[in-house]
Amino acid sequence: MSLDQSPDQTTELTMDKAQPRLLDAMSQGLLGTRLSRPEGALKVTGRAAYAAEHLPDNLATGVLVRATITKGKVSHIDSDGAKAMKGVLAVFNGDPLVRNPAQGQAGEAPAQVLPEVHYFGQPIALVVASTFEQARAAAQSMTVTYEEEDAEVEPATASTVDKPKKSQSDTGDLEGALRDAATAIDVTYATAPHTSAAMEPHASVAEWKDGRLTLHGSYQMLKHNLAELADALDMSEDNVRILAPYVGGGFGSKLGIAPEAVAAAHAARELKRPVRVVMGRDQVFQMTLRRSETTQRIRLGCDASGRMTALAHEDRVSNLPGEAFSEPVAQGTHFLYGGENRRFTHEVARIHRPGTGSVRAPGEAVGMIALECAMDELAEATGIDPIELRVMNMRETTPADGLPYSERGLERCLREGAARFGWDGRRPAAQRLDGDWWIGMGVASAVRTNQMEESVARVTLQSDGTALVETDMTDIGTGSYAILTQIAGEMLGLPAKKVRVRIGDSDLPKSSGSGGSFGAQSCGSAVFLACKGLREWIADKLDVSPADLTLRDGVATGGNVQMSLADFAGLPQTSEGHVKPGDTADDFAIAGYGAHFAEVGVHADTGEVRVRRMLGIFSIGRVLNRLTAESQCHGAMIWGIGSALTEELMHDPRDGRIVNHNLAEYHVPVHLDVPQLDAILLEDTRDDQANPIQAKGIGELGISGAAASIGNAVFNACGVRVRDFPMTPDKIIAGLPDRP
Amino acid sequence: MKPFDYARAGDVAEASRHTAKGATVIAGGTNLLDLMKLQVMTPSALVDITRTGLDGIEESNGGLRIGTLVTNSDLAVHPIVRKSYPVLSRALLSGATGQLRNKATTGGNLLQRTRCPYFYDTAAACNKREPGTGCAALEGRNRVCGILGTSPHCIATHPSDMAVAMMALGAQVEIEGLNGTRAVPLDDFYRLPGDTPHIETCLEEGDVITHVTLPAPPEGTQGYVKVRDRASYAFALVSVAAIVRFDGGRVVSGRLAFGGLAPRPWRTDAVDAVLEGKSPLDAAEAAADALLSEAEGHGDNDFKILLARRTLRRAMRELSESQA
Repeated sequence: MSLDQSPDQTTELTMDKAQPRLLDAMSQGLLGTRLSRPEGALKVTGRAAYAAEHLPDNLATGVLVRATITKGKVSHIDSDGAKAMKGVLAVFNGDPLVRNPAQGQAGEAPAQVLPEVHYFGQPIALVVASTFEQARAAAQSMTVTYEEEDAEVEPATASTVDKPKKSQSDTGDLEGALRDAATAIDVTYATAPHTSAAMEPHASVAEWKDGRLTLHGSYQMLKHNLAELADALDMSEDNVRILAPYVGGGFGSKLGIAPEAVAAAHAARELKRPVRVVMGRDQVFQMTLRRSETTQRIRLGCDASGRMTALAHEDRVSNLPGEAFSEPVAQGTHFLYGGENRRFTHEVARIHRPGTGSVRAPGEAVGMIALECAMDELAEATGIDPIELRVMNMRETTPADGLPYSERGLERCLREGAARFGWDGRRPAAQRLDGDWWIGMGVASAVRTNQMEESVARVTLQSDGTALVETDMTDIGTGSYAILTQIAGEMLGLPAKKVRVRIGDSDLPKSSGSGGSFGAQSCGSAVFLACKGLREWIADKLDVSPADLTLRDGVATGGNVQMSLADFAGLPQTSEGHVKPGDTADDFAIAGYGAHFAEVGVHADTGEVRVRRMLGIFSIGRVLNRLTAESQCHGAMIWGIGSALTEELMHDPRDGRIVNHNLAEYHVPVHLDVPQLDAILLEDTRDDQANPIQAKGIGELGISGAAASIGNAVFNACGVRVRDFPMTPDKIIAGLPDRP
Repeated sequence: MKPFDYARAGDVAEASRHTAKGATVIAGGTNLLDLMKLQVMTPSALVDITRTGLDGIEESNGGLRIGTLVTNSDLAVHPIVRKSYPVLSRALLSGATGQLRNKATTGGNLLQRTRCPYFYDTAAACNKREPGTGCAALEGRNRVCGILGTSPHCIATHPSDMAVAMMALGAQVEIEGLNGTRAVPLDDFYRLPGDTPHIETCLEEGDVITHVTLPAPPEGTQGYVKVRDRASYAFALVSVAAIVRFDGGRVVSGRLAFGGLAPRPWRTDAVDAVLEGKSPLDAAEAAADALLSEAEGHGDNDFKILLARRTLRRAMRELSESQA
């Protein structure tokens, strides 16, 4: 079906009020099951073609050239030598090359600043040759001269610090409340910058045909990427198509159109032949958006019973001048715990390190480290059990706005997790020595704001009684193919094999895309609505009300009639579903909740930390696919281990460059760092305010708080409170206690 | 990558003729190829020695003679190595990954280049990569850099685990050169950076490493302790290879070698000399005193001074407990 052909019917919903739990009345029994990825076999046998694997005839290859100064201007690029090298076709510099990837949902081109240079490693040119090797050699041979300017690269000493108005607040009398508190703490935490480190590097293959660009890319949000790419190239969106059916991990780094896509499209247009540009691993580190480093001062005060009266979360993050994004560090803190006297300040140091952007759970991934470790410090100072302290400080409505919570499983997760983990076996700090290892346990709350985004999907009931689901949604490893199959199958009474899902094509109806843990619920709601429309059409054909219609295993039953779906007249029938966020997003605080438990060993001599076991328990409303949801939890908890112990993007203190730009020196956890992980999803929760399928996001919730539970376990093990993450041995060793 | 000539040598003499003309030896290529792609190393000619047949392990003079092409994987699991030189097996298995160890060779491991981040960035000052440009690590992110044996020209460390164990074992390197064959103690094989950090070994043009020989298995208990930033697939912050004889809870004698601290696998007689007659933990403290009296941190890596002491303590504790 072509783009302009309108569907036979459309079902729209603006989420202004809770919707009936229609999915609970369905009878296929497919949704929520551990359905394996339908495309899994293609992936593990190498038949799923990722972006860089598209090899059109006459393909040329481009390699990006990086800036080797921090700030200034490219005054001259001596490319004569490069152009004379074997196979070299062209060297491009200047417009339309972009400085860095677009921010998530930007919908417009990222900054195009050449010949200016704003950070060390910024792309400044593209060399195109017949082969990759030729292009790389030519790129390495290029002599660039600069007019260099002084640049600030340290957040702590930056002379320009923005304080976005909407992110500052001061309620009550914080200082007074802290002064009067029975117990108060004032602690400052630091977290290191991270990179997304997706397995598939950023890659684009651009082809032009009759004035229309087709880009095979690795992107998360095609409708926005389309707009960003068209804007960067100064052309109409109608003439751009992006294909990204398989994406080898994103974690935020592929939210916005990135330098390689714009460069490939531009070069292909100029050279009149297809061009492929793949970032090298070092370039992925240097040219994509990273997670900001943070410093976070937390002050907490409570009365003698442990009830919090004061809470302040004040942070500093960084970004390049002009970038709109700033890591929303305190996002989860605003509504998690009480404390009527509150202060939030948020500072953005404008520095010339590579830009920052959304990386898995922007805000909570780092903010919850400081908050949840500080809560542990308050628990320690008051002598109250960390779980009791948290439960005691949950409020009936949000502290800031008095909004009701929608579904909040926090207390249940804390208590059920504690029972499953054996929390009652926890001892006071530095009391359990097992051989050469101090052993300890830690807990942290998990919270992640939930949002649904506007999404459209089309579902066609085909003449053979099967269903075709179509949307520009992406699957970045999360399980979109499986989940959309299950929603459509459940609604239409079809086994998984009778549902086909086509995604990752910008010509298809526009979905939320993947990001912010909203993909499955947003796009899934659109598919749900499209199927709801089809159910109404079928019911109408059988002359029954939709409530009296049963669809199962390809058979419709209603009234006294039973009929195979393939036998209905009027097929194929096409239905579009269109969901938009509405009043529930303003009337309720909607978030996913959970709890993390960790047991660690800290070596009594060397301060090395090993996580011995970890349990995460989460309440996310309806679980769409238990297998992929648990996988999301596992991946997120592993990143929590990395955040806690190993991951740090290192910037040179003089020029801000990233010095550990490879996977040997940027330490993501390896198998041996990851112990038995238990990821538990509460079975029976529904969030009626979130969306019409009552499901919330999980991909980011699983990392939020995970590292804090490890930090708290390290303290419980050896009595050393580390406030600078990651907790590498050097930060622990000096404080280790003597052995008993 | 820059264009280069490639020749495959049928025997060592042929390889030697190539290195005499400036060719760089390639065997497993696990480090060299990466560096060539990044243009950190830009040899104009490679000589491939993988067809020279030097991939055997044989018993010799009561010890072991290891062909330069023996892979790290094969060496680590060789029955005699596991039984009589466990420190070497453990060191090998603590390095890199299974895939890399399957490809990496004995001679290549000895010659692997530093992991100093500035060595890897062609836009950074590095006297080792490009003599005369300076050392960006001195004032930079030098967490992985050295605290012993460094110079104002270079503070890079040697990254090998295998070589640390071989140093403790008193290995020798057999080299075939233009003037015949010679055996060089590993102690004399590596040079300190001084003002020529780009020259790392005693190898000269025309030289090819053919074997590493180990003396007869030492008496005592052997162990290798490696502390790193994650549990596997990371270079040592500090490592200790230890071969210690105990008697009645006291150290009779020992040989210690250290990784992660210096531009070469580090070992001194002075450190070994203080062990005798002490309890394991006292011996560790005394050895740390002797080892670290002139240690110098450079900022990010200051912690290595304390960590080396603690790693020594851990090694001596584990060794004494394992023989008890």
